[in-house]
Amino acid sequence: MDRLLFGDNQFFGVNHMSEEKARAQAMRFQSLDAIMSVLDAAHGAGVTTFMCTTHDRIADVADRVRADPARYGKQTFYPCMPYAHKYANAMADAGMFGAIKQFLQDEGFLDAAMRSGKSFARKDIEGIITLLVDAEMKMFQGLRTPVVFLQNVVVDFLLGMGFTEAFRIFAQHVATRYDAEPGFITMNMPRLLDALNSVGIENPIVCSNINKIGFRMSGGIDSYLDALNNRKFRAVAMSVFASGAIAPEEAIEWVTSLPNIESIVFGASSRANIEATAGLVEKYWAARS
Amino acid sequence: MVNVAVIGLGKMGLSHFSIINAHHDVKVVGVCDSSGYVLDILGKYTGVDTYGDMGKMLDAADVQAAVISTPSKFHAPMVRTCLERGIHVFCEKPFCLDPADSVQFARLAGQKGLVTQVGYHNRHVGTFRELKRILDSGALGRVTHVLAEAYGPVVLKPKGSTWRSKKEEGGGALYDYAAHPVDLLTWYFGRPDAVSGTVLGQVFSAETEDEVFTTLKWPSGLSGQLSVSWSDESQRKMTTRISVWGTNGKIYADRQELQVYLRDAASAPDGYGPGWTVRYTTELTDEVDFYVRGEEYSAQLDTWVKRIGGQSVAGAADFAEAAITDEVLYAIANGADAGVHTVAVGTGAAVVRPAAPTSFGARLRERLRSLAARAKR
Repeated sequence: MDRLLFGDNQFFGVNHMSEEKARAQAMRFQSLDAIMSVLDAAHGAGVTTFMCTTHDRIADVADRVRADPARYGKQTFYPCMPYAHKYANAMADAGMFGAIKQFLQDEGFLDAAMRSGKSFARKDIEGIITLLVDAEMKMFQGLRTPVVFLQNVVVDFLLGMGFTEAFRIFAQHVATRYDAEPGFITMNMPRLLDALNSVGIENPIVCSNINKIGFRMSGGIDSYLDALNNRKFRAVAMSVFASGAIAPEEAIEWVTSLPNIESIVFGASSRANIEATAGLVEKYWAARS
Repeated sequence: MVNVAVIGLGKMGLSHFSIINAHHDVKVVGVCDSSGYVLDILGKYTGVDTYGDMGKMLDAADVQAAVISTPSKFHAPMVRTCLERGIHVFCEKPFCLDPADSVQFARLAGQKGLVTQVGYHNRHVGTFRELKRILDSGALGRVTHVLAEAYGPVVLKPKGSTWRSKKEEGGGALYDYAAHPVDLLTWYFGRPDAVSGTVLGQVFSAETEDEVFTTLKWPSGLSGQLSVSWSDESQRKMTTRISVWGTNGKIYADRQELQVYLRDAASAPDGYGPGWTVRYTTELTDEVDFYVRGEEYSAQLDTWVKRIGGQSVAGAADFAEAAITDEVLYAIANGADAGVHTVAVGTGAAVVRPAAPTSFGARLRERLRSLAARAKR
């Protein structure tokens, strides 16, 4: 994995500080050209991995990249699935199975499966998970996706229930079908490491909030630092600026001083901010080795 | 350690199960739902004991506390059963569709010393809690008006029906969406004494409302407006906003941000000066031990579990407080006729005072209507 990965929250009206700012960003990135110009700026700054949700609009980005292989030869995608709000809103509207059904292309499969009732439940949870993964991966066909992440809302929901078998199914399917490494995004990193180890996923790629003020590092910042020091996993740090609550230089200096951080994922809306972050990471990462 | 059962495994029930199952001081001793499919999957993959019938579960398992997240119309009978068996209850919102039940259960829980709470998670959002703290400090002076809003993209087209689309089962934007801002209003300002000008608008739904607009009046003279739609596609997810005007300034709050304008900050809490002060959720949110989908969902269950441990019978969003919210919801639900509706205390019966006709034509039409109504009787 590259040291720096480019995130996509800014494109879809996700901002953990301000709804007003989030809406302004959603308006600004209404056009695909506006998104592409920021991605191009990241590309220009050497940040060629795009860690993105499987939002409908990413399909348009994928189309652009596919259409211009000369320009985007180095472009890599780390899909993060699913884009949970479309499921959550649909679940309130249509119920859990209605929502799954709505998002599965092959409705015939699920209808048949629902009819077979309990045998379906007993035998083929694996079938549902892998079908959902395939539906989300469709937009990335023909593109480089060496790591595929499961989003935190799903990871942490399964983790809380103790539904750890799903992690194994996801990891196995991503590896065999897409020749990719599985990644897991979480707000409960130390606990997730235990769960992944318990189903035989060794040295996992785990992305979690890692920031100086401990924002959304559940279980406490000390338990995270302990995991970074003592556990075997490949850490990706997100929310290193804690949504802007920490000054950029202070944030990067702190996070690069930690052991075992393999990558940092960050979002930005301007060339200047992308280059500034890339410059800071360059400076402090060099200092650490 | 508290032995907890989870009753109802829809969207909220599964979320509660995940959060409370991860709680260090809780053992989930059973889950219960009418869907054998969900039970089979959970039983097989999480190892939890599953039941298709609540009574059987309560007989078989040693349940000290229950999370009830069934469709709203089942809340009342299930809450009653749990309370009668001496079980602490966390109930999803809205609490009860008939406020008479709400009041009765609040009393029963109090008599039995049971710890109750309703799932008004906004009370555990850092910004909304800080807004309460500032209001209680009196820093805003005399509060004159409040605007409570909630918008989100739930019903965006005409569609098939689930319990959420059936009014008599507690579906609709009033009980599903407006319940949240209404609860914030009753938390901040207590029980309003009247609602009027209610509009329950349909955008896409055939059987229930998609929009709720109403005007509330409090005994202090404070007025409030409620503006709610679950058919707003421009929102990425549910967005709740509160704006409060007072003689000494204004406060705006949403889930992320608190913006406070004070003319004079002499009586304001530390950290608030004259003019604007903006604070963010990053600094106002307390860390939770286990996070699934927002700190507030973890914090509300953690609060309930801790209250059970401390035998703290009265607490935020307990049945007694949620009953007030139910009374207001009931008055709104029965108030879409342009009349002024008194929010009745404790009985759930909303008294309708017809709006006074203003013009001669209106008075005449009103007279004819009442004659016709009398003739029908």
